[in-house]
Order: sequence, then structure tokens, then C-alpha cells
Amino acid sequence: MNASLIIIFGVLLICIVLGILAQKGKDMDLEQWTVGGRGFGTIFVFLLMAGEIYTTFTFLGGSGWAYGKGGPTFYIIGYGCLAYIMSYWLLPAIWKYSKEHKLMSQSDFFVTKYDSPILGVLVSLVGIVALIPYLVLQLKGLGLIVSEASYGTIPQSAAIWIAVISITVYVMISGIHGSAWTAVLKDTVILGVVLFLGIYLPIHYYGGFHEMFTQIEAAKPGFAALPKTGQSVSWFSSTVLLTALGFYMWPHTFASMYSAQNAKVFRKNAIVMPLYQLVLLFVFFVGFAAILKVPGLKGPESDLALLRLSLKTFDPWVVGVIGAAGLLTAIVPGSMILMSASTLFARNVYQVFVPRATDQQVSKLAKLLVPVIALVSVYFTFKGGDTIVTLLLMGYSLVTQLFPALLLSLFKNNVVTKQGAFAGIIAGVGTVAYITITQSTIGTLFPSLPQVIKDLNVGMIALFINFVVMIVVSLVTSTASSKVKSNA
Amino acid sequence: MKLIYILAALPFIGILFGIQFANKVTPIIFGMPFILAYIVMWVLLTSVIMAIVYRLDPTNKDGDTE
Repeated sequence: MNASLIIIFGVLLICIVLGILAQKGKDMDLEQWTVGGRGFGTIFVFLLMAGEIYTTFTFLGGSGWAYGKGGPTFYIIGYGCLAYIMSYWLLPAIWKYSKEHKLMSQSDFFVTKYDSPILGVLVSLVGIVALIPYLVLQLKGLGLIVSEASYGTIPQSAAIWIAVISITVYVMISGIHGSAWTAVLKDTVILGVVLFLGIYLPIHYYGGFHEMFTQIEAAKPGFAALPKTGQSVSWFSSTVLLTALGFYMWPHTFASMYSAQNAKVFRKNAIVMPLYQLVLLFVFFVGFAAILKVPGLKGPESDLALLRLSLKTFDPWVVGVIGAAGLLTAIVPGSMILMSASTLFARNVYQVFVPRATDQQVSKLAKLLVPVIALVSVYFTFKGGDTIVTLLLMGYSLVTQLFPALLLSLFKNNVVTKQGAFAGIIAGVGTVAYITITQSTIGTLFPSLPQVIKDLNVGMIALFINFVVMIVVSLVTSTASSKVKSNA
Repeated sequence: MKLIYILAALPFIGILFGIQFANKVTPIIFGMPFILAYIVMWVLLTSVIMAIVYRLDPTNKDGDTE
């Protein structure tokens, strides 16, 4: 066992201890377990939501994309920014309604708004299906980190098992309180590590940022901007818009919103959150620094850019600290995802079909489901191969389909009926599935369209179809039901 | 009331539509490719804008009752 592994496992142990300590002295009913008794202030909610956003995808994926794709990576900063603006109005409205009706999950919101438990089942299933690839991604990232940091002595498969078991134990013991405390630890470590790497590496290898980008531009002209076709300007804008709309539609993000003490928390966070995103800049710089220093990583291997450059540059103990930071970026979101998926299934799927189940039984089932969902994810992690990125993008396109029905339900006079919401979500999700399975783009579906339209993110078509179907079905069903009313 | 919506719309216009005029690597500004510097500028502006919106928005004046 080398220095880097000792540090990584030390941090893992601290996580578990923090999780157990956080749980002490609190009566753990389902509300306490999942939404922290709605008692978290600005800083905790900030950390929790930030914690979910800075995942392995940003740590390894962000630097990997900068390394492999260059300019298109910058969309990651753009969409968060727009999502935070919307959050200023969106989150307080959702939070207020949820508090009045004592809601605990994202599906509860749809159930109550549309007065339809079946719609809740649909929303839950969409959420769970979208969450699994997200969890798989964290596990894969963890596997990469631990096996790279062990200099090859721990195989990825063993690393994945260690990670899954720790996350599961920790979630089952402490619920969201554990996540909040680990989020504090994680944000401190990640901030330090990312700033250090993002500043040190460009200066160490190139003598500065300006020089680094000048050299990259000389070696690969235009790489750090958007290409003319493919991931072009129209891809950028449509992807930023689509992911900004889907930003808060993830069931775990939605659920952590409920843990806030009051609505002001969100409005204040909308000021600070955009700045916090700038941490990502330094993640990008690491990826750019790797381009000329560890060349030759192709396709999915580009996710290794940050780790390989670190291995090349630093002593094992530094690699250990970097690895520990990576471990935290996987465990915090991983635990939130696991908890949301299990709560969703227990409350919004199981309880609908078995209405006699008591709250205690549902709470118990939610906890029992944690290891089950963890195992399903492990299965896909070992099976998945390099389609992970495809799965994550599919996840994002899926959850975004919940946005239209949610947004319109916040207006005083909601034109959408429960049938309309149901049909719209089905149409949107169906389109995403079709597009993903057949690997279509707008270009392959309609080859004669101009390039600007061809490069649009395909999720936009799904969202458009979703919206049209939702409105049409709503108009038909609302006139039908008003006719019934006037006849009666 | 209207003003805060106009303010909040600015970053959307800047990022979604403005990006086509900023899509280039040079000149490198503050060590960043031009397009990245442009996006970062909008991130900073967003934070400022949201602080102004927070101040102007009457909903935030009446205590913590909400």
C-alpha cells in the first residue's frame, strides 16, 4: 500500500464517521432522513446543491472534455449560469408549494399539482431511469481514480466494489445529514485541489496561461473555440438551453431543494452560485495543460487526462490528495442519487400500488432499496463499456422532459391537464429513446436542412414534440371534461 | 417589477445569441481564449445582475416569513 492509497482510504473512513456522527441524536423518520426536517439554512443548502453539481463528471469529465474536445467544453459554465437565474423564481415557487403540502419527492409535486398518482409513477420511473446512468458514471469515475492512484495495484473492479459498499452503508445509516457533512468536507478539498492544479500545471509546464493557450493555438488552431460544424455555435446554444432547463429536474436536485428553511435561501444562492461555478475554469485549465504534455489519449481515455498528468508531475502523496478529492466528488452525489432513487421507488411507485402500506413500511422499504439500486448500478458499471457518455446525455434529455409540465403547473391558470402532462412526457421520453437507440441526429433525420439547424441538440426536438403533444392533449381533454361538467 | 425581468433576460441573450460573435481563440484575454473570457464575463455579470434583482425585488423586503 503506497502513500496515495493511505490518504484515499483515510478520507473514505472520515466520510463514513461523519455520516454516523451526523445521524446521532436525531429521530430518523422519512422526512428527517430524506429532507433533513426542512431545517437547512443558506450555507448548507448551498453546499448540498453545489455538491451535487460538482461530480466526477465535472472533475474528470470536465478536464477530459477540455483535453479531447476543447472549446465545446465551455458549455458547462454557460448552462449553470442560466439555470441559476431561473432558480431565483422557480425554486421558491416549488419550495413553497412543497412545504404547504408536506412533499418529499419530485413525483409528489406532480401528484399533488395534477391530482394524479399515476402521473407520479411515470415521473418517478423517468427519474429512476435517468438516475442510474448518472450513478454508473460516478462509480466508473471512482474506479478510474482509485486504480490510477494505486499505480495499478488495485484493479478498477475492486475499486468499484469498495466504493459501492461504502456509499451504501453510509446512506443507509445517515440519509441526507450525512451528505451535508460530507459536502462540507468535499467542497473544501475539491476547491483546494482544483485551484492548485489549475494554477500550478499551466505555470509549471508552460510558464503561464497566456503562453499555454498560445502554444495550443499554434499546435491546434481553433481548438479552444467552437468548430464550424458538429459541436458548433448552434450546438452550443441549444445544449446550454436544454441542460439549463433540465438542471433542476433531476430527482435528487429537486429533493435537496426541500431541505431549505425558507424561500429566501434560494434567492440568495442565485447570487453566489454563478461565481462558485468559476472553479470549473481551473478544471478546464488542467485538461488544456494535458493536451501537449500527455498526448495520445483517445475517446473515453480522455477522461484520464487529469489523473495521468498528475501522475506524471507529482509525488504519490499529492496524487493521494487528488484521488481523495475525486473520491469525494463521487460519494456526495452518489449518495444523494441513491437516496432519491430509493425514496422515489418506495413512495411514488410502491405505495401507489399498495395503498395500505404504512409510512413506517415505506420508510423501511426505501432503506432496503438502497443496496438493491446500488447493485443494479454496479451491474451496468461492469457491463456499460464506453457508452457511458451517451447514457449521461440520455439521462439529461430524459429529465428535461419533465420541465414543461412542471413549469406550466406553477401558473395560476394551468392549461395543462393530467392527461396532457402524461402524454407530453411519454412523447418526449419516447423521442429521446428513439433518437438515442437509433443514434440519429437532426442531420441524419433531415439531411437537407441548413447546418445551423442540423447541429442543434437533438434533445430540443424531443422537448418540442413533448410541448406540442402536451398542449394538444390538454386542449382536447379539458374541453371534453368541461362538456361533461356542463351536461351534468 | 418589470425591470428585474429585463435584467434577468440579459445573460440569456448574451450567452445564447451573443456567443456567435465571440467564437474565436484570439485575442487571449487574462490568459483565456476569447470565447472563454466572454462566457466568464457573463458569469460575473450574472452574479451582479442577480444581486441587483435581489435588492429591487419587493418579495425580499418582508422578513423571513415566506
